[in-house]
Amino acid sequence: MAETIRGDSRIPGRESFTILRLFQKALKGDELARGIVFVCAAGIVAITALIVYELWTQSTPSIHKFGWRFFVTGTWDPIAGEFGALPFIYGTVVTSILALAFAIPVGVGAAIFLAELAPSRISNPLTFLIELLAAVPSVTIGLIGIFVLVPALNTIVPPLKSILGFLPVFSGPFYGVSVFSAGVVLSVMIVPFIISISREVLLAVPRNQREAALALGSTKWESTWKVVIPYARAGIIGSIFLALARALGETMAVTMVIGNSPKISASLLAPGYSIASVIANEFTEATGDLYLSALIELSLVLFALSIVINGSARLLILMTTAKGSK
Amino acid sequence: MKSSIQKIILILLLAGLAFVFLQGLCCAQTLINGAGASFPYPIYSKWFNEYAKLHSGIQINYQSIGSGGGIKQVTEGTVDFGATDGPMNDEQLKDFQTKRSTNVLHFPTVLGAVVVTYNIPEVTESLNLNPETIAGIFLGTITKWNDAAIKATNPKVKLPSMDIVVIHRSDGSGTSYCWTDYLSKVSPEWKSKVGKGTSVNWPVGLGGKGNEGVSGQVKQTSGSIGYVELIYAIQNKLSYANVKNSSGRFVKPSLESTTAAAAGAAKNMPADFRVSITDAAGKDAYPISTFTWLLIPEMMQDKGKLNSIKEFMHWMLASGQNMAEELSYARLPKEVVAQEEKALANLK
Repeated sequence: MAETIRGDSRIPGRESFTILRLFQKALKGDELARGIVFVCAAGIVAITALIVYELWTQSTPSIHKFGWRFFVTGTWDPIAGEFGALPFIYGTVVTSILALAFAIPVGVGAAIFLAELAPSRISNPLTFLIELLAAVPSVTIGLIGIFVLVPALNTIVPPLKSILGFLPVFSGPFYGVSVFSAGVVLSVMIVPFIISISREVLLAVPRNQREAALALGSTKWESTWKVVIPYARAGIIGSIFLALARALGETMAVTMVIGNSPKISASLLAPGYSIASVIANEFTEATGDLYLSALIELSLVLFALSIVINGSARLLILMTTAKGSK
Repeated sequence: MKSSIQKIILILLLAGLAFVFLQGLCCAQTLINGAGASFPYPIYSKWFNEYAKLHSGIQINYQSIGSGGGIKQVTEGTVDFGATDGPMNDEQLKDFQTKRSTNVLHFPTVLGAVVVTYNIPEVTESLNLNPETIAGIFLGTITKWNDAAIKATNPKVKLPSMDIVVIHRSDGSGTSYCWTDYLSKVSPEWKSKVGKGTSVNWPVGLGGKGNEGVSGQVKQTSGSIGYVELIYAIQNKLSYANVKNSSGRFVKPSLESTTAAAAGAAKNMPADFRVSITDAAGKDAYPISTFTWLLIPEMMQDKGKLNSIKEFMHWMLASGQNMAEELSYARLPKEVVAQEEKALANLK
C-alpha cells in the first residue's frame, strides 16, 4: 500500500498506478463482493435481454409477413405457409386457468392444514412428500396422464356430460384427450408449488398475531381465516403466480393429453393445443424459414405472456401489501 | 477437514487429466459425425457400432434429431453427413449448393412402411381398405364405420354404426411425410386441400405425439383409426389394415411387401435416388412405403473422411443389409444396391 502511494506521487497521472489502486481498493471485501454480485445480477438481465433479442431477430420473417394477423387468425398450415397463433394462445390460457381453478383450493387448503392444524410429526413428512411430487419429471406425469387419467376420465365424464351436457363448456364428443384433461394434469404439476410456498408463508406469520386473535375469543379456525391468511396473502398470491408461470410453459405433459388439434372450441371437452406443445412437436422437423420463424414468434408470444402475467402478479402483490400494512 | 478437501480436489484434477489424456488417444481415430432422421436410428446405431468393431480407426457418431434437423445441419456443415426420411426438395438442394459450393447426394439405406391401425369394438379381422376410402376418412368425408365405402371392401366384417375418430401424428415426422405423400398421390382432393409434409394442416382428428402417442390414443378410443410405422405396429402387435395397391390387390404390410415396393420403383430410379415409392408399381408392393436416405456431400475438404464414409457405405450395402431384418427394417432390393454401388463412385 505504502509503496503504491509513493509510486503514485513520484509519477503522477500514470494510469497503471490508478488502476492498481482501484484494484487494491476493490480487493477490500465490500467493494469486491459488490462487484461480484453486481456481475451476477447484470448477467441475468443480459441473458434475458439476449433471449428476447434472439427471438425477435429470428422471428422477423414471420413478423413481417403476418404482423398483427398472427394473433387473430387460427390457421396453422405449414405447407401453404399460413400461420396464426390464436388457437395456441387460447389453449395455453384456458388450460392454465383450469389448472389454477383446480389447484388453488386444494393447494391453499393443504397449506393451511400443514401449517396451522397438523402436528409437526405429520406435517414434516407430508411436506417432504409434496415437494417430491414437484420433482417428478413432466414426461412421467404426462405418461400417467395418458395411461391412467385419460381412461379414468373416459368413465367419469360421460355420466357427468349427461347431466351438464346442456352447458356449452361440456358440449361435443369426448375423446379422453382434451383441454379439460390437460388442465387436470397441469393442476397436479403445479399444486406442490402452491402448497410448499404457501405453507412457508403461513409459518412465517408471527405467533403474536395468532395469540392476539385467540385472546380476543376467536376460535382456531377464525384466527386462521381472519388473521393468519390475510397476513400471508401476498405470499400466497405469489405462490399462485409462480404456479401459473409453470403451467403456461409446461410442454411434455400437456402435449400428451391435450389432443394437439389447433382449433378453438367453447367446450372444455374438445381437444386443443398449447404454445409450448406446438413448438416442441414441430420444431425438430420444421423446414423453411417462414415456418421456423413462425414457431420462434410463438415462443416470443409465450415469453410476452409470461411477462404480462408476472407483471400483473407484482402489481397485485404491491396493491395487497399496501392495503395490509395500513 | 481441509486436507480431505484438498485430497478430493487432487483426485478430481488427476481424473480430469486422465480423461483429457484418454480423449487425446481416442482422437487419433477418424471421427465422423452425422445427424438426422429418428426412424432409422436403431439400425444406424447398430451399423455404426458393428462397423467400429471391424474398423478400430473409425468412429461414427449419429444423433437422431429428426429429418429437418439433419438437412439443416448437413447444409450448415456442422455434421459430416445427414439423414432424412423425405428427400430434400430442389430449393434445399440449391441452398446446399450455395452454402457448401458442392452437391449433396442421396443414398437410400433401408425401407420403412406406414400402416393403418384401428380400434373397432368386436372387429378382430384385418380390414381391407382402398386408397379412396383412406383419403375420405382422413379428409373427414367418411365419418361412420358402416359407411358404404368401407362395407364394399369388407363384406364379411360386421361394422358398427360408430363415429370414426381420426388420430394423426402431432409432431413433425417422416412417418407423416410418407403418409401424406401417399394420400396426395391417390387423392387429388387431398393434394389440393392439404398436401404433403412432415406436418400438415389436418382436416380432422386428434394429434398424438410419436408412434406411441398415436397407438396409445387408438387403443383408448373406440372407433379410432391412425397410422404408425410398420416396425412399431409389429413390435406392439397392433392390428393393421391391408391396403389396395396400384395393381388392384389388397396387400398385407410386411417387410417383404415393402421391399417389393422398392423393387417396383427401381426400374424408373432417377440418378439422384430422390424418389417416392408410395403407390409403387408391382403386384406384391405395399403402397405406403418409403426409403430413408443418408445425405452425403459430393466433395469434402477432408479426403480421408470421405473415403471412410465411402468404405462404410460399401459395407452397409453388403453385410449391413443382412442386419436390417432382425431389427424389422425392410432391406433394399438388389437392383437398388447395384445402382447405389455405382453412384458411390461420384463421391470424390
